[in-house]
Amino acid sequence: MTEVLPAERDRRIALVDLLDRVLAGGVVISGEVVLSVADVDMVTISLRTLISSVGSLLPPEDYGSGGE
Amino acid sequence: MSAEGGVWAYAVLHGDAAEDRVADLCGVADETVRVVASVDLAAAVGSVGLDEFGQDALRRNLEDLDWWAAKARAHDAVIAAIARSGPVIPVRMATVYRNDGRVRQLLQSRRDEFEVCLDRLTGRAEWGVKAFADPNLLAAHDTSAGSNPVGHRSGTAYLLRRRRELASHEAAYRVAASHAELIHTALLQQAVEGKRKPAPHPILSGTDAWTVLNGTYLVEEARADRFTAKIAELDQATDGITLEITGPWPPYSFTGDVVSP
Repeated sequence: MTEVLPAERDRRIALVDLLDRVLAGGVVISGEVVLSVADVDMVTISLRTLISSVGSLLPPEDYGSGGE
Repeated sequence: MSAEGGVWAYAVLHGDAAEDRVADLCGVADETVRVVASVDLAAAVGSVGLDEFGQDALRRNLEDLDWWAAKARAHDAVIAAIARSGPVIPVRMATVYRNDGRVRQLLQSRRDEFEVCLDRLTGRAEWGVKAFADPNLLAAHDTSAGSNPVGHRSGTAYLLRRRRELASHEAAYRVAASHAELIHTALLQQAVEGKRKPAPHPILSGTDAWTVLNGTYLVEEARADRFTAKIAELDQATDGITLEITGPWPPYSFTGDVVSP
């Protein structure tokens, strides 16, 4: 099992887990500037672009049967 | 335009000792985090420039992942620090108001909901649990996939083999999915609440393994040890599945229903 990472101490938490929470979680209350869902998707797309351009990752052809 | 300012919201908390709880915290714009109070509630906020945090600027920055990473960490750091001293309702990142008056108005109009939410979150924290399945390990249980009596030269043989591989792949996935369901059910018994979130895109998870569970759980602080022990136990007991735990997080995923204007 992967070691427990206390959120408040370890600032190197995977960015994916962090964005998953700060952008998809938290209470949504009316502000003059609130990112829309489409904008959040764009951040995720950016994240994918960045990670796939840095890593030598294979295309996810084997995940078609149900990575969702 | 550069002189224009906005108010970035981090969290909602009880008014009691709110000043002490946000003392010395530094926010997304390196600003000092401060309190906007209304009766018995408070919001942790920071003054930010709309040249960097206004609607247009945020859109402009959307493609700048380093910017988002830094701001997400700063936003989370403030909320996590406040969470250490008591219950807190995290506010979704990038919620910016014109001025303190708007924040105060919001605290007043949503007071009952916030109070209920704070009560529900008191003494509890969020834990993330992901289950990764190793397709090869799970597929290895299915021995029929390995043999190929027809030989591998003919196209038909290739297609047959490929079909068997896919079938074995699907069988492996079904096994993994049922493991994930059992793990989620077992963890729910140790938690106040829990939910399954969509799995991140395989590219993001940075592994060949399937993410078959992306669960997150609200757990009593007093039961956190038992919760993590249960995860270790499930990890040991489930062949072909590796569990990864993150936390404790502020209760991002348990702030209740969306509060609309």
